[in-house]
Amino acid sequence: MREITVREALRESLRYNLAHNDKVFLAGEDVSVVGGGMGVSKGLIDEFGEKRIVDTPISENAIVGLGIGAALTGLRPVVEIMYIDFVTCCADMILNQMAKIHFIFGGQVKVPMVLKTVSGTSGGNAAQHSNNFYPMFLNTPGLVVMAPSTPYDSKGMFNMAIEDDNPVIFIEHKRIYNIKGHVPEDHYTVPIGVADVKKEGQDITIVATQALVYDALSVAEDMEEEGISIEVIDPRTLNPLDKATIFESVKKTGRLIIADESCLNCGFASEVASSVAEEMFDYLDAPVVRIGSPDTSAPYSHPLELEYIPGKEEIREAIKKVKKI
Amino acid sequence: MQISDKNNIELLRTMKRIRTFDETCQKLFVAGRIPGALHCYTGEEAIATGVCKVLEPSDYILSTHRGHGHLIAKGGEFKYMLAELFGKSTGYCKGMGGSMHLASVKHGILGANGIVGGGICIAAGVGFSIKYQGTDQVVVCFFGDGGISTGFFHEGLNLASIHNAPVVFVCENNLYSISMTSKRATGLDKLSTRAVSYNMPGETVDGNDILAVYESAYNAIERARAGKGPTLLEYITYRWRGHHAGEAGDGLFYREKKELESWKTKDPIRRYQALLLKEGKITEEKIEKMEMDIQQEMDDAIEFANNSPYPKAESIIELSMLKKE
Ligand SMILES: Cc1ncc(C[n+]2csc(CCOP(=O)(O)OP(=O)(O)O)c2C)c(N)n1
Ligand SMILES: [Mg+2]
Repeated sequence: MREITVREALRESLRYNLAHNDKVFLAGEDVSVVGGGMGVSKGLIDEFGEKRIVDTPISENAIVGLGIGAALTGLRPVVEIMYIDFVTCCADMILNQMAKIHFIFGGQVKVPMVLKTVSGTSGGNAAQHSNNFYPMFLNTPGLVVMAPSTPYDSKGMFNMAIEDDNPVIFIEHKRIYNIKGHVPEDHYTVPIGVADVKKEGQDITIVATQALVYDALSVAEDMEEEGISIEVIDPRTLNPLDKATIFESVKKTGRLIIADESCLNCGFASEVASSVAEEMFDYLDAPVVRIGSPDTSAPYSHPLELEYIPGKEEIREAIKKVKKI
Repeated sequence: MQISDKNNIELLRTMKRIRTFDETCQKLFVAGRIPGALHCYTGEEAIATGVCKVLEPSDYILSTHRGHGHLIAKGGEFKYMLAELFGKSTGYCKGMGGSMHLASVKHGILGANGIVGGGICIAAGVGFSIKYQGTDQVVVCFFGDGGISTGFFHEGLNLASIHNAPVVFVCENNLYSISMTSKRATGLDKLSTRAVSYNMPGETVDGNDILAVYESAYNAIERARAGKGPTLLEYITYRWRGHHAGEAGDGLFYREKKELESWKTKDPIRRYQALLLKEGKITEEKIEKMEMDIQQEMDDAIEFANNSPYPKAESIIELSMLKKE
């Protein structure tokens, strides 16, 4: 079976959609020859030209406005905000316009656009290029928020994002672009709001996102040797969230860890934890444990940054905690 | 510029319709019939009327918080507008938007905006989209003198300019953004001089002279339609009412009564009506009939809005995310 990276999987989806739907175009800073902030669209300019691969000025408001205006008038734009850190520069365009137009117009019009961006701490990028700001999108009704981990999901979800009529925020992750995995060559979509059980288990549920999915799977494998069976669930879509799959798993295991890289305070993990506390209290055998970035800015210094990024160590600690009881 | 007799009369009728609608809304607001914020266009009618008269039904506009005039001039109907202001399910936005989000997509009205300057980058996107799709449509973007100081203005005009997009940017300079004068906010005598920075023509025109508005808009819109790119038009005008309908004493705590009175002598409607009478293009009797018809339209709208139901509570959930068709 063919294996390609997350980056290649995303590019393959972009290429397919550009080739099969002339209403689709990509706009963002340096998206043509450089391939955007993370090289995802590299090479597409040669295939599709300037009309479809549109370099923009450093104008985050205008980039999102370009997407909204085009989506309102019949196109299916994909716009890139180079780093999720920069969504603050166009917060109004995303939170007040893109997310709300369908609602405030009473459903007269759809805003079928994709805003792709990248999250995650890595490589000494320091505090203004390491944010995991997506909880603000989860707190803004009207946006579909996708955050894939595997190459397979990346391609299928990007296809879905373009196909869907809702405005979609598509979160990529810096540390997983080069991870390889099996990806069919044919076109397929991964449905919105459907979690994927990445590994089945009986004793503990770990809900993990993006890079932490890999950490959770790796720790789960180690734990097998100790006789602890861990189920790893990747929600894939953060909003709407597939609570049913998470609840089913908690029913079985009675123990829940949530591992997500956004900061702990009001982060994605908090939302999952509170939903489970509200609706699955009777099934819990131990307190829920959240893993996330500490509630500080990301440090620059390399050893500190490594310390800052949540990963396997935090997952092992969390397992000890939920097993104790 | 030659305008047909029929169009002359339509210009007068549209201005009078806008005046009647907003003066009635001002009263309805004070009477507690309209919640939220309502911004009257009284005194500024010539701008929306003259600009939209040049537009085709398939052209687009983006409007502002002071948007009723734009809607009416672009084809919006009193009864659906008023129903929206009353929060009724028969309103243009099913009661979800109100005054600051009034939109009628079938008329090409892509929304008022509660965010000052919020439409400017979207308009640039619409202009991009028109060019991308190769139609000969045009988009007009209205904003105030306050809007010209937002970052959206810079990003949106720059984007429209580099794409040579068919956008006409219309700055309605009523000399104030709430209490702040445009001179204090910008240091400029003519806001249209900012066009130079974006490599597009800019023109400052008497916004209370409907024929001057029509002619300047005609030139800019035809220029855009011919593929020659965007224009920045500044229309000088004055609002008669307070910043919003609930503001005490027509804003006379930050502006002089003398100033207001002097602008009332430059009433765009009386000015134009006097001209048409003088040139024998209309009679007193016809004007009286016109005013009676407009009053009837207003009364019918009030009855329609009164008799309409409020939206059902479920509709907010239905509208919050699109279902798959
Ligand atoms: C981004 C933003 N800041 C502030 C406001 C509050 N506000 C509403 S209207 C207004 C003044 C706008 O002035 P201008 O653009 O000149 O339009 P006018 O009201 O004069 O028609 C302000 C400050 C807002 N709605 N949006
Ligand atoms: Mg103003």
